[in-house]
Amino acid sequence: MSKPYNNKAWFFILPVFACVAFSAILPLMTVVNYSVQDIISPTKSVFVGLEWFRQTMRDSELHDALLRQVIFSLCVLLLQIPLGVALALAMPSKGWKSSAALVILSMPLLIPWNVVGTIWQIFGRADIGLGGHTLSALGVAYNYTASPIDAWLTVLLMDVWHWTPLVALLGFAGLRSIPDAYYQAAQIDGAGRWAVFRYIQLPKMRGVLTIAVLLRFMDSFMIYTEPFVVTGGGPGNSTTFLSQYLTQKAVGQFDLGPAAAFSLIYFLIILLFCFVLYSWMQSAGSGSKSAVETPP
Amino acid sequence: MNGANRLPRAMMLAAYVAFTMIPLYWMVNTSLKTNEEITSVFSLWPRALTWSNYHTIFTDPSWYSGYLNSMLYVAMNTVFSLLVALPAAYGFSRYRFLGDKHMFFWLLTNRMTPPAVFLLPFFQLYSTVGLMDTHLAVALSHMLFNVPLAVWILEGFMSGISSEIDETAYIDGFSFPHFFIRIFLPLIKAGVGVTAFFCFMFSWVELLLARTLTSVNAKPIGAIMTRTVSASGMDWGTLAAAGVLTLLPGMLVIWFVRNHVAKGFAMGRV
Repeated sequence: MSKPYNNKAWFFILPVFACVAFSAILPLMTVVNYSVQDIISPTKSVFVGLEWFRQTMRDSELHDALLRQVIFSLCVLLLQIPLGVALALAMPSKGWKSSAALVILSMPLLIPWNVVGTIWQIFGRADIGLGGHTLSALGVAYNYTASPIDAWLTVLLMDVWHWTPLVALLGFAGLRSIPDAYYQAAQIDGAGRWAVFRYIQLPKMRGVLTIAVLLRFMDSFMIYTEPFVVTGGGPGNSTTFLSQYLTQKAVGQFDLGPAAAFSLIYFLIILLFCFVLYSWMQSAGSGSKSAVETPP
Repeated sequence: MNGANRLPRAMMLAAYVAFTMIPLYWMVNTSLKTNEEITSVFSLWPRALTWSNYHTIFTDPSWYSGYLNSMLYVAMNTVFSLLVALPAAYGFSRYRFLGDKHMFFWLLTNRMTPPAVFLLPFFQLYSTVGLMDTHLAVALSHMLFNVPLAVWILEGFMSGISSEIDETAYIDGFSFPHFFIRIFLPLIKAGVGVTAFFCFMFSWVELLLARTLTSVNAKPIGAIMTRTVSASGMDWGTLAAAGVLTLLPGMLVIWFVRNHVAKGFAMGRV
C-alpha cells in the first residue's frame, strides 16, 4: 500500500520535533560546547580544542570500565538470548495459562531499577538473604561485597532475572505470528522438533530477535542503577561500568569538559555497535525472508 | 505441535517462574519482619508478623511523598507523551514527506542514548530555565525516551487501520479533529492503552535522571530509598516494604493490557 506524498504532514510531526529538539538537540549541543572548553567558573571558560578528547582517550580507568562494559554486555547477550528463546518456545500459546505466564514473566520488567537492585541486595547478602544464606550453608564462601567474582555473578544473575523476560516476550510475539498452516505442512513432511525450530520458528523470529539483541545490547551498555544499588561499583572498581564512571565524573567531581567529551565518545560507541550488530544480523539471516513485519 | 517433549518444556517454564518469584518472595517476607528478626533469625516466613514497616511508610511524609512525586511526574509524562506522539504517529503512518525516514531514525537514536550522557546538560538546562526540582522537569526529561517509543508503537497500530476509513470520513464531511477523536482513536484504543502502559513503565522505573533533577520537592521514591540505605544504617524492613509498594502500580496496569502487551513489545521497542 503506497502512502501519498504530502509535505504538510510535517505539521503532525512538529510537536514531537519541538519537544525532542528541546530535550535532545539543545542538550547535545551543550555537551559539544562543553567538550571543547575548559570551564573554570560559570563566567570564565577557555577554548581547549580536542584536549579533553585526547585526555579521555588516554584515561586508563576509562579503558578498564569500557573493557568491563563490553565483557558484561557480551555475557548478557550470550545468556539471555538463548534462555529467552527457550522460554518463548515453552510458553503456552493460548488460554489463561498463557495470560498468567505473560503477567508473571513481565513482572521483573515493571520493577523500578533501583528496587531490582534492592531485591537482589536483600536476597544475596549472606547474613539476611535467602540466596546468600543458602550458599553459605552449602559451604560456598559467597560475599558479593568483598569478592569481585561474586559481585560480577550477582550483577549478571540480576540482569538475567531482570531482562530475560523481555527477550521471551519478544520471541513469544514472533512465534504467535506464524500461521498454523506452516506447522501442518511440517507435520506432513515429517519434520522433527529440531527441523521445525531451525527452518520455521527461528527464521520467523529473526525480526523480533534482531530487536531483542539490539535492545539488550543497548540497555546493558547503559546499565547504571542496578549495580549502583547492589555493589556501588565495587569491590574496588570491579563492577563500575561506563554510565557509573561517567556519572561520577559529571556529577560527583563536576569535571564538565572531560565528562562532556566522554559523553560524546560513549554516544558514538553505542551508535557504532548498534549499526554493526544490526547490519550483521540482517546479512546473517538474509535468504530467509522475515514474515514478522516490523515498522520501517 | 507435537507433545512428546511437552513435559520438559513445562518443567523449564516452571523452574524459570520459580527463579522469578523467589527473590520477590524474599523481599515480601523481609518486609513483614522486624529489623531484629531480619538480622538475628533466619526464617523462611516471618515468625513475628508485623505491619510496622508499612505503617512507617504510610505515616512518614518523607516516605509517602516519594510515591506521590513519582506518580505525579509519571502521569504528566504519560499524558504529554501521548499528546505529542498521537499526531506524529498519524503523520508517519499516513503520509510520505521530505525527511520522514531520517526523522524516524533520529527518534530512534534518542532511545539509544544513555541517560548518563544527558545528565550534565539536563542539569544545566533545567537550572537555567528554573525548572530544577519540579515534577515538570522530570516529566519533560523522560519524554526524551518515551516520545520516540510512543510514536513507534502508535505508528504500528495505526498502520494496521486501513486508510479507507479516513477517506470515507472525509467524504461524509467529518472535520479532521472530529474524525480523529471520535472515529480514529476508538479504533486504536488498544494501541493507546499499550503505549500509555509503556510510557508509564519506563518513566516509573527510571532513576538516574529523576534523581539528578530533583532535590527536595519532587524527589522520587527511588531516590528516597537509596538515601535511606546509605544514611540510617540498614533499615532493611522499611526498605523491603518500600520496594514491595513500588511493585503494585506496575502489576495493576499490566493486568489491563496483558492481551496486547506482547504485541506492544514486538512493535514498539525497535
